[in-house]
Amino acid sequence: MIIDVYNKLTILSDSAKYDVACTSSGVDRKGKFGSIGSAAKAGICHSFSADGRCISLLKVLMTNVCIFDCKYCVNRVSNDIVRVAFTPHELAELTINFYRRNYIEGLFLSSGVIKNPNHTTEQLIKALELLRSVYHFNGYIHVKAIPGADSELITRLGLLADRMSINIELPSQESLTLLAPNKTKESILRPMGLITAKIQENCTDLVKYRHASKFVPAGQSTQLIVGATPDTDHKILTLTEGLYKKYHLKRVFFSAYMPVAENSLLPSMDTKPPLLREHRLYQADWLLRFYGFEAKELLDEQNPNFNLQVDPKCNWALNHLEKFPLEINKAPFEMLLRVPGIGVTSAQRILMARRNSPIDFSGLKKIGVVLKRAQYFITCKGKIMDGLKVTSDGTIRALMADQYKLPSPYPEQLSFFTEPFITREDVQQCLTGQI
Amino acid sequence: MLDGTDLIYAYDGSFEGLMCCVFESYQRKEIPNIIRPPSVQETLFDTAKRIETDGQKADRVYNSIPMKISPQAQEFVKLGFLTCDPHKEMLIFHFLRLGFKHGGKVMMMLTDDTVCSLQKAVRHLTSESHKFKGFVRFSVYGEVLIAVIEPKNYVLPLLSPHFCDRYRNERFMIYDKTHGMALIFQSQKAELIFVEELTLPDVDSAELEYRRLWKQFYKTIAIEGRNNPRCRMTFMPKRYWSQMTEFDEIIGPTQWQTSLCTPDAQATYKISPDYKVPTKD
Repeated sequence: MIIDVYNKLTILSDSAKYDVACTSSGVDRKGKFGSIGSAAKAGICHSFSADGRCISLLKVLMTNVCIFDCKYCVNRVSNDIVRVAFTPHELAELTINFYRRNYIEGLFLSSGVIKNPNHTTEQLIKALELLRSVYHFNGYIHVKAIPGADSELITRLGLLADRMSINIELPSQESLTLLAPNKTKESILRPMGLITAKIQENCTDLVKYRHASKFVPAGQSTQLIVGATPDTDHKILTLTEGLYKKYHLKRVFFSAYMPVAENSLLPSMDTKPPLLREHRLYQADWLLRFYGFEAKELLDEQNPNFNLQVDPKCNWALNHLEKFPLEINKAPFEMLLRVPGIGVTSAQRILMARRNSPIDFSGLKKIGVVLKRAQYFITCKGKIMDGLKVTSDGTIRALMADQYKLPSPYPEQLSFFTEPFITREDVQQCLTGQI
Repeated sequence: MLDGTDLIYAYDGSFEGLMCCVFESYQRKEIPNIIRPPSVQETLFDTAKRIETDGQKADRVYNSIPMKISPQAQEFVKLGFLTCDPHKEMLIFHFLRLGFKHGGKVMMMLTDDTVCSLQKAVRHLTSESHKFKGFVRFSVYGEVLIAVIEPKNYVLPLLSPHFCDRYRNERFMIYDKTHGMALIFQSQKAELIFVEELTLPDVDSAELEYRRLWKQFYKTIAIEGRNNPRCRMTFMPKRYWSQMTEFDEIIGPTQWQTSLCTPDAQATYKISPDYKVPTKD
């Protein structure tokens, strides 16, 4: 049976869609004469799909043939589905033609394991080499490293890509043994360590030789599945922190488990994906990367999971009320960042504005600080906000929880007097947010 | 200083013209309460004072900004002029007066009404132009790429460096329908020209095929179980959809170009003479 590009694209993008990473950020590269393409440090979103996630890269598998039998995956060998593969030429044509029309920022290439990890990696190298040297593609490329491939091959692949990732998927060895019998912690962490080492080595090379070719200039990332196994948020977040510190990862993505297979070891097929839990993890991830928090401040053995009613930062603040209220005109930057509702941009603007004149509440509004949550935790020129009545800690707790009415998972009839409903906008902001 | 209660300045709509308004105000020691571009209709008993554009005066004001205020302020004012804020002239005017009085720290006076409004307008401009870096959709006509956009702000000067760098070996055109302007890039040269109307030829079968592939990819990549149209709308409001390939229901050129198209083999455009474009260098 001959399958045309249209059908291949349908099958191979459908199999790739559960990979949540779609960022095109982390590297600035000018266009080159004779080539097509450039890369922007902040990343660029080219569209948003119906689920609200950003589409930045042409996200496809090279092939959905796979010898592995990971229970949670649509492409597992025991699943009876149509198997297809792109030729390097088809893939290059598709990428270039989408890129010319500004549909995409680049290519996100992943693959099932065909024959063995080394053979698969060679196929990926072949496709990227064609794209880079024959089609002179200078745009963004994110490629998956295949667990278990040789170091030499991973190095060659890394020289062709901007970002590389190896998905850990399951946060513990026990879960891996159970659900991904062909993968081990070692087979994932070894290439990850190798990529980290190569990136650092490459940085020193670049200092010495200006024209040293760049190895994975936008760094590496990984993905963890949330909700397929009983692993706690504490475990996931501690692992995440370790990955940032030890492996210098650029991003750790979380993917709420979507049931794709009936298996006694997995949640049943009618399980709703834990989107809110995923959202809390992303919020915590932001706190680790940009707000100077540590994982142990947010969760511990006694409280191993996030409170779904309140966001992690607010939760932290409620447990540390002795540190508040904070005087906006005096507080140091690190403390401003810890006020619920004040983000990095707001904190920077406050710092800038107060150098000029003391700020009051109306000034804060003009700067663009959202006071909805922050109002309970701050003073301006020694005063709390007008009309704000706070009697005890209990009141604050009640007020905060009220703003976080959980959205019902089922559609409900519209009522004239609807309850304040939390939007999922910020949920997706995390998913699609660029570094 | 005279504070003319209904003093109106009418300028020619160019950035230089606006700089001359600032010059005039300092020279005459008067503060207008409206600065009017030519696009605004004159009233019956029009008392507006016509401000002639004089390159020398404009340069004096413009060059004094980095010296008396700061280079960032100069950049900021240039961006402010590209925004769609209906009061951009007065905002820039008051911002410059504040700047000449307080110096470089005016950029930090975030709680001041003028500074904060102008910053909001500029943020609107830069975020819109960032969005368009992704949302512009080209169609291939022979050797030429053509895109149509309908932005609120005048984003073409901000898009120009990005697209010219990315598509170095291409010839392309981005037509801004709202402002009747186009960015044209060919033989390594970018030009911003005034375009009154654009007529596009029919697209070929290869173009149609890639549109079909893209639409299919767009549909497939969404995860059904996470469907969230509201979130999509937040990131990509509907006003962008009309010129985006993935939302074009009818395959083919017909709908895409309704208001522009007469079947013609060549893309043609009409250029008006003597129009000076505010450029960002």
